[in-house]
Amino acid sequence: MAIVATTPSIEILPKQANPLWQFVKSQPLGVAGFLIILVYVVCALGARWIAPYDPEAIDFGAMLARPGEAHYFGTDQYGRDVFSRIVYGARTALAVGILSALFGCTIGALVGAASGYFGGRIDNAIQRVVDVLLSFPIIVLAMVVVAVLGKRSAFGVDWNLIAAIALPMIPKMARVARSSTLSIVAMPFIDAARAAGFSHTRIILRHIVPNIVAPYLIMVTAFMAQAILLEASLSFLGLGVTEPTPAWGLMLSGTSADFYQSAPWMILFPGMAITLAVFAFNLFGDSLRDWLDPKLKS
Amino acid sequence: MLWYVIRRLLLVIPTLAGVAVAVFFLIRVMPGDVVVVKLRADGADVSEETIRAERKRLGLDKPLYVQFSDYMVGLAHLDLGKSLWTGDSVNKEIAIRVPVSFQIAVMASIIAVLIAIPLGTVSALYRDTWIDHSVRVLAVSGLAIPSFWLGMLIILMLLMMFNWLPKIGYVSIFEDPIANLSVTIWPAVSVGYRYAAVATRMMRSALLEVMREDYIRTARAKGVWMRLIMRRHALRNALLPVVTVIGLEFAFLIGGLVVTEQVFNINGIGKLFVDATTRGDFNLIQGLVLFIATMFIFVNLIVDLLYAWLDPRIRLS
Repeated sequence: MAIVATTPSIEILPKQANPLWQFVKSQPLGVAGFLIILVYVVCALGARWIAPYDPEAIDFGAMLARPGEAHYFGTDQYGRDVFSRIVYGARTALAVGILSALFGCTIGALVGAASGYFGGRIDNAIQRVVDVLLSFPIIVLAMVVVAVLGKRSAFGVDWNLIAAIALPMIPKMARVARSSTLSIVAMPFIDAARAAGFSHTRIILRHIVPNIVAPYLIMVTAFMAQAILLEASLSFLGLGVTEPTPAWGLMLSGTSADFYQSAPWMILFPGMAITLAVFAFNLFGDSLRDWLDPKLKS
Repeated sequence: MLWYVIRRLLLVIPTLAGVAVAVFFLIRVMPGDVVVVKLRADGADVSEETIRAERKRLGLDKPLYVQFSDYMVGLAHLDLGKSLWTGDSVNKEIAIRVPVSFQIAVMASIIAVLIAIPLGTVSALYRDTWIDHSVRVLAVSGLAIPSFWLGMLIILMLLMMFNWLPKIGYVSIFEDPIANLSVTIWPAVSVGYRYAAVATRMMRSALLEVMREDYIRTARAKGVWMRLIMRRHALRNALLPVVTVIGLEFAFLIGGLVVTEQVFNINGIGKLFVDATTRGDFNLIQGLVLFIATMFIFVNLIVDLLYAWLDPRIRLS
């Protein structure tokens, strides 16, 4: 009996809805984007089981085969299965996209937080560098880095390519992180932390960084879309991933242009893979922004 | 307004100087060595001796401060050095390729504005109807489609429908406008689509915001014709953010051009940059990056000035 009597008093408290469920209910498009991303992730992780052929296997008996039972998306001029190459290409796209967005945004967030926290001359110096870096179009900066650094592969990923894509994102993230930091530094709890004698590092990492997680997450998803696009563009130009590694941009590059009429599927499917991936990340990113930052909702 | 222009112009100088310094350091100080990358590009085994000789030939063995002062003195004379590949001056290499890229960039911007303003307006006016939804889907997909792939789709379409390919080779628009346009229109459309998409989104949300303003309600309460309200009050104010987008998106326009020129085999700035990068011609890279960044800074300056001219609140603050 006692248990029954206490139950109503708990009911009075406003019911805390599950934040995940809230997101699902308020952002159906974001969920759609997330599901598409999930499909890509599954393709990347399970490529070995999903892809019916070895993506690098050359089969001169099946050159430029039409899409059909044997090859869902047809084959290219070397008889390689386009579908398998797209499935494996998800690995390259996601690895480069996710890693470069994470690196670029994390460094940018720390630089921006430090800039906003210290203020004065340090802030001024950092902001001038950011200004200068922002006056280069993203792809230009990335191409310079590729030209100077060359290639360096480890664990199947070209780390210099990741650096090239991450670098242009640093100043953009730093800008955003700095402006969020400025409003946080004015809060009393930062004064309290200073008065308690905490080190600068501790204040930045423990008190400021957790408070700029929302803009960080928004930027990371937005940059993943851009990074995938940038990797595809660089690979297309022959400055990114190199043959025979399957990558969407690379599949569209070079010789494939000779096959417009004889094998249009070589052009259609890889481009669709890029577009859908960028679309999904954009969709998810937009919803995340609307959800995390109601002020931006229009 | 004059003071505003002068103030903005003065602010450009330190940024340009910073860009010049940044380009120098990006190429010479980053871990990595242009010469090694260039000579050992295909895994070729090149002796230390050859690398040292090449470095000497390019003047990369001199102390950094000497290189820096040479570079700065050259810049002061607007001299970007010589291309390592062709031996021609970088200025000349860039100058012969500017017209075609410039023309495509301008055409892409015009296409973008012509598409964005009516579509954005219609989308805002018929908010949450099927017209609005389809415009928005079109706009969101514009952000996702890589411009070079769109270019390939256009070529594919031209081939399938008309069995016709745009000619290779650029003729000045003053010599033969039709031949010129039949080459340049396709890359302009592929690059302009993204531009149009961003501007449409901006136009829609700006117009929706303006329509909520008090002065619009007052005008409607007075019984002013809806068409007149749109023309006199709403569209004028909504155009401001669209102008900004055009400046911000210029970077993407350049990026799109770099890749799309490759698809249509157009010998412009973008193709030159790609060639320079694959050949490790760092003098040319340096010159091109400086050139592109300078263009970018000036376009943003012009947009800022345009913005101030359109909106008195900005130049007076």
